[in-house]
Amino acid sequence: MSHIILALVIGALFGFVLDRIGATNPQYILKMLNLTDMHLAKTILLAIGVGSVLIFGGQMLGIVDVGHMSVKATHLGVVVGGFIFGIGWALSGFCPGTGVCAAVTGRKDALFFIAGGLLGAAAYMAVYADVKASGLLDKIAGGKVTLGTIPGSKYHGITELPGDVVGIVLGLMFIALAFALPERLRGAEEGAGATQPAE
Amino acid sequence: MWNWKTGGLALGLVFFLAVMLVKPIGVSTQFVILDGIIWDAINPEVVTQTEDGKYTSINAYLAKSGGKYAKNIANPLNYSFVFVIAMMIGALISAALRGWVRPEERMMPPIWRANFGDSAAKRYLAAFVGGFIVLFGARLAGGCTSGHMMSGIMQTSLSGYLFALAAFSAAIPLALVMYRKEG
Repeated sequence: MSHIILALVIGALFGFVLDRIGATNPQYILKMLNLTDMHLAKTILLAIGVGSVLIFGGQMLGIVDVGHMSVKATHLGVVVGGFIFGIGWALSGFCPGTGVCAAVTGRKDALFFIAGGLLGAAAYMAVYADVKASGLLDKIAGGKVTLGTIPGSKYHGITELPGDVVGIVLGLMFIALAFALPERLRGAEEGAGATQPAE
Repeated sequence: MWNWKTGGLALGLVFFLAVMLVKPIGVSTQFVILDGIIWDAINPEVVTQTEDGKYTSINAYLAKSGGKYAKNIANPLNYSFVFVIAMMIGALISAALRGWVRPEERMMPPIWRANFGDSAAKRYLAAFVGGFIVLFGARLAGGCTSGHMMSGIMQTSLSGYLFALAAFSAAIPLALVMYRKEG
């Protein structure tokens, strides 16, 4: 039961923040992907950095249980699936989490995204046995692995480096990257005024 | 809307809170769970309980990993499914407080309109097809933006880095071609 309360609280916080950072607005997703407005990318980089520093800092201080980590398997499907995902992402301007949140803020196109998503997930269920038989899901590089070896973790590291230190150093690098990334990477459109939508 | 510093800090804190208190955030699996709930409602044979109390399914994907998906379909009041429902509540509260999406943006964002015109049908079709592709890809990869890209990279997981590289290397070139006008 306490888990359900935690799901409600953390889930609601996550949905609230996704909306506040503009991630529920496909305008910002698409302007990140066409490199004309990188504020969402800066937000994501900073979040990854902050999260990483806190998770591994917390582990070092003993206030975060290493057992709460959940590392996903590495296989060719991650790369192929990630590539397929990217195509749909640029086509729609939504990802699974931002899509469901966008729908409740009043976006009708998000409802179509969700319907397509349910069908796409069902299609994967239908072909899963064949995908598995193809070897696409066979573990590579050790499967569920982290970049360093994290003390007390059940996951193997692909290097002998201390995994918690690696996590903090990489976290700080992501934070630096968030600050360093320019607001836009593509040159300004000729003759076009700044038509940022008011939010 | 929050600036990237406030937003990034808040988003990072939420991901940290999830790991500290329960487990890393992930969303795309719940599309499978909802599919399973609907399918099982139509055909109760889809998810069944075995004699030792475990759950299994006639579908290989739902039965995998000791039937953990099948179990969640049989018990929708589980952490991960409630989490996604709560996300919608959180976004709803935020939208209610800031004012809802403006009527002219409800069908499509300005950047879509600038590049592909006013047709709602065209946008809805793209969103539908995009949704299909996104969830198929996410399930093949074993996660999406939240599970692989955010939670994964945060934990220094190799698969998170590979997913992000693959996703952006498809999405950026396609977006550059599709959205030449800024909107």
